[in-house]
Amino acid sequence: MRAGRELDLLQLTAGLVLACSVVTLWRRDLRALVAVLALQGGALGTLAALLAVQHGDLGLGIVAGVVFVAKGFVIPSLLARVVRRDPGSRETAPLVNVPASLVGAGALVIVSYLSAGRLTSLFPSPATRLAPLGLATVLVGFFLLVSRRKAVSQIVGLLLVDNGIALVAFLLTAGVPLLVELGASLDVLLIVVVLQVLATSMRSRFGHVDLDQLRELHD
Amino acid sequence: MLCYAVLAVPLAAAAFAGMVPWRRSVGWVTVLANGAVLGIGTVLAIETNHHRPVEALNGALRADALSAFMVVVIGTIALLAAIQAVRYLDVEIARGRSSARHASLYCVLVQLFVTCMLAAVLSASLGALWVAIEATTIATTFLVGHRRTDGALEASWKYVLICSVGIALAFLGTVFVYFAALHVPGHATGASVLDWTSLMAASHHLDPSVMRLAMALLVLGYGTKVGLAPMHSWLPDAHSQAPAPVSALMSGVLLTVAFYALLRFKVIADGALGPDYVRTLLVIVGLASLLVAASLLLTQRDYKRMLAYHSIEHMGLIALGAAAGTTLAIAAVLLHILGHGLAKAVLFLASGEILLVEGTSEIEKVPALLSRRPVLGGIFGFGLVALLGLPPFSLFVSELNMIRAELDVGLGWAAGISLALMAVIFAAVMGHGRHLLLGGAGASGKPAATPGIVAIPLVGGLIACAVFGLSAWPLQSLLYAAAHVVVK
Repeated sequence: MRAGRELDLLQLTAGLVLACSVVTLWRRDLRALVAVLALQGGALGTLAALLAVQHGDLGLGIVAGVVFVAKGFVIPSLLARVVRRDPGSRETAPLVNVPASLVGAGALVIVSYLSAGRLTSLFPSPATRLAPLGLATVLVGFFLLVSRRKAVSQIVGLLLVDNGIALVAFLLTAGVPLLVELGASLDVLLIVVVLQVLATSMRSRFGHVDLDQLRELHD
Repeated sequence: MLCYAVLAVPLAAAAFAGMVPWRRSVGWVTVLANGAVLGIGTVLAIETNHHRPVEALNGALRADALSAFMVVVIGTIALLAAIQAVRYLDVEIARGRSSARHASLYCVLVQLFVTCMLAAVLSASLGALWVAIEATTIATTFLVGHRRTDGALEASWKYVLICSVGIALAFLGTVFVYFAALHVPGHATGASVLDWTSLMAASHHLDPSVMRLAMALLVLGYGTKVGLAPMHSWLPDAHSQAPAPVSALMSGVLLTVAFYALLRFKVIADGALGPDYVRTLLVIVGLASLLVAASLLLTQRDYKRMLAYHSIEHMGLIALGAAAGTTLAIAAVLLHILGHGLAKAVLFLASGEILLVEGTSEIEKVPALLSRRPVLGGIFGFGLVALLGLPPFSLFVSELNMIRAELDVGLGWAAGISLALMAVIFAAVMGHGRHLLLGGAGASGKPAATPGIVAIPLVGGLIACAVFGLSAWPLQSLLYAAAHVVVK
């Protein structure tokens, strides 16, 4: 009974991570995008905590805490600072419109289930069976990256890719070694800081953060 | 001890540059530090060439002949770049385009960048290797944007975003390798699962289909940092917008440090899958890179971008050489890494000086350099000769050996295509080079001198490149020892 409930929670949080990434394709309001990202980070941290309890793994517990704080709070609040300077900002003209994006997301989920067959069959367990959800999150993140033109949307796309990879890592291997995981989290945090600084200086220099209008460099 | 020292020296220089207000002598301290890295790297190379690998920090740091070779390459290019940086920062401050604060920041970031690259090649764990390579992106972003122009800002944005995505894929690949290793019975547990030596020992037992997925992601992911097609689009922008000493470091060593990661993974995957799978991947990205470079070099109007596309070409050649994968091939790849690093660093540093004195990076607007500035023009000309793979420079020897190795393993068709594309590139670059060096109506007035701080290190770099081409003596045994590390 207890094991069943744990599995339910695992499925719920993993599903929530993917659902959040699909919602990012649907919402155009940049503030909503950041809020969804925070929810996804929280779900990811919770999932890691569940696995840590299940395996009785203290190291993974520490990672779960770091992920929860970094991806659920710190990174979204950094992004919120970029959005706040640009009130009412929306992704006005994505390269792929919303209905088509959602259909695309459905296709990406199917693709990841098909391609991850071997991963789950190598070591079948309730957790590894959920790994395709992580791959789908990675693919949706890619889709967002190539189809959206606002700086914030692109950062969110990058973070979706990153969260998807973290989800795969948690589900398949209960997390890579502690030091690597912490190093990776720190790197991601710093990358977001760097991107935030760049976005802010683009805003003050060009008066917008629309990457379509950057055309200085070309061949 | 040596492993600690090689990381501590550039880190200490970074701390020093951060605490002491900028003046010329701070720049010279970073020169000294990078010279020390080169010196320690040489000692490491001698040590690992004759004895077993050197370990430190409970085995977390590990230097074998391959790592030692990479330390030597990093030290060499960092030394050349640091000398030129003293001049670059001086001029920028004198012209009011940069401040003392920015100069300090520059030195700190460059030294951190060098430390990250050294940490990458000294990491025993492939996970730590990933963390270090990702950290190089963070350290270099603000260096790419150091000139604070619109173009530099755009280039840094593209650079950090595309490279972060690429490197994220490499992380997913690393996770899959870890997953495969966890399911090898009797394999190490805990933090040492990702240790390169333990993965090597277990490589025959890794699940082939997981490894196929992992290697595809790793080639695509690390390939982004290497500048291999199809994920190369950040490279021309970043390398042309960054200050010249940073371009020299990024093009001369950062690309090949990322390629070093692929070499480490390749031998593991070869154990699990046999040589054909990774070979196919590398041939595809290698030829695609050559094609991209050839088509875009033809119409290039900017000499810094020309050099950047030339890097894509050389990374493609290195990928083809690694695809062959024999000891001869890998030794040639390593020699090419050093030769390309030297020639490209000399050219980027020379182009930085041309930009400083001429004020434009358009080929059209800088004609007849050889008669107006004979020394600078001569360095640039000889650099191009080296980069195009003509004797006596070492790139000639390494390209020849890579092609020989490709023929040995039945990749003659790929070698043939690469030669045809190289011929196109040769013609294109010769055309641009002729205009830059000899073109125009000729010069009037006295030829301008080039300061010794610019000329002496660059001539030194060219001489080194020629010496390694003429005589294999100082490097031969190290190259083969290093190649044996990653050839089964």
